[in-house]
Amino acid sequence: MPQQLEVVQRLTAHKGKVWSASWHPSGKMFASCGEDKTIRIWSQDKNDWVMQTVLSDGHSRTIRDVAFSNCGMFLASTSFDATISIWDKKGNEFECNSTLEGHENEVKSVAWSVTGNFLATCSRDKSVWVWDIGANCEEFDCAAVLNAHTQDVKKVIWHPHLDILVSASYDNSIKMYKEDSVDNDWICTNTLQSHTSTVWSISFDKTGNRLISCSDDNTLKVWQKYDVNNEEGIVTPDNEPTWKCVCTLSGYHDRSIYDVSWCKLTGLIATACGDDNIRIFKETESSNKKNEPTFELETKILAHKQDVNCVKWNPVIPGLLISTSDDSDIKLWKFNVKK
Amino acid sequence: MAELENINPSVYKKTEERPLTENELNEDVVDPIDEREVFDLIRDINDPEHPLTLEELHVLEQSRVTVNNERGEVFVNFTPTIPHCSMATLIGLSIRVKLLRALPPRFKISVEITPGTHSSENAINKQLKDKERVAASLENSHLMQVVNECISITKQSQ
Repeated sequence: MPQQLEVVQRLTAHKGKVWSASWHPSGKMFASCGEDKTIRIWSQDKNDWVMQTVLSDGHSRTIRDVAFSNCGMFLASTSFDATISIWDKKGNEFECNSTLEGHENEVKSVAWSVTGNFLATCSRDKSVWVWDIGANCEEFDCAAVLNAHTQDVKKVIWHPHLDILVSASYDNSIKMYKEDSVDNDWICTNTLQSHTSTVWSISFDKTGNRLISCSDDNTLKVWQKYDVNNEEGIVTPDNEPTWKCVCTLSGYHDRSIYDVSWCKLTGLIATACGDDNIRIFKETESSNKKNEPTFELETKILAHKQDVNCVKWNPVIPGLLISTSDDSDIKLWKFNVKK
Repeated sequence: MAELENINPSVYKKTEERPLTENELNEDVVDPIDEREVFDLIRDINDPEHPLTLEELHVLEQSRVTVNNERGEVFVNFTPTIPHCSMATLIGLSIRVKLLRALPPRFKISVEITPGTHSSENAINKQLKDKERVAASLENSHLMQVVNECISITKQSQ
């Protein structure tokens, strides 16, 4: 039987840990970053992925995360040097046009809101910052400093359609935020508690009504949104939707799970684990999707020689997955549906 | 230097040097990494407070080192000299850094406090396990200077 997850290409330009990678919204390009303080831009040339540019003058320490804006015109990078750089993509050239300062130490993650209104960043300093994006991304004003977490914040992501922000932390919790329509203040609306150790990453499904989280406690958790006056009778305090953990996937991972990606095209879930493996999960067909969903392990593959740090599904090409590792490699994978 | 936390620690004898076996001297034989080898890499780390090694203070003991060469796993328990030792994180980090540098990258290194020997063992274990925070420490020149002093053999007492 052919492998369900097959390596398409191995890319080896980085030195040291490759912490993160991010697809361009076109699916034809991606950026990677890591310990070597560089950002590398890769694009597809016929069938091969080739390095197009190295951006090496943006940061003085490890670059922890990169993210393309949804319009595809900008790239944000965050670093242990406590800054965020915004790169303008002009044709195939990238130019650093703004550096955002304010965090007290390492910036761990960055995310652009789908609406294009906001940028979010989070840091070891326990805070999440929301930045208001001015016209043409020329100005970034701090719209909020959210201090809801009690520890190091590892990850920020935005809802796939709305300006709802979610963060994950070393304090074992996940928090959600929105802008209060009355006074434009950002408020924490939900705290999702169930993990027993650091929550490393989170990912929405395509509807935005479900969220998956991965943790240092070696489990994945699926969270379901329950609206006000839901038919299940789930209590919704403060007239805000409630999020409940409806599924815990334990016993599948042997070490910390550093990243999780829920494919918006196929519904497949990929995880990056400290045991060097990539795993793919699929929702079971007979699953009661809303209240008690069940998921099964589709495949598991020894993907890298060291910890896998990041997995991301391509936003356009179904089944194309990228992974990055401590072993300096980036790998592209193709998921073949079982016949 | 600040006042010593543990003024009069118990001092223990060092382990005898390990005699080399015939296989170890033979370049053609691949020797698996074992407990004694890992212990030898870390036993001479200096205590941040005293001119003594972690072995002499019984912070490290060979019996608290576990190695699974095949699976590429190294597990080290260390025992702070007192349950409120403020140096515990620094000591754990020094052990981790020494092993990260000395062992092949295929090894997964776990460094934890011996259960029941420190008042904040869970918090310290979590910090030492967090590879992102360890990676950030490695880029902190001030902290690395302190760690390097602990690891360096030149300052070791004879």
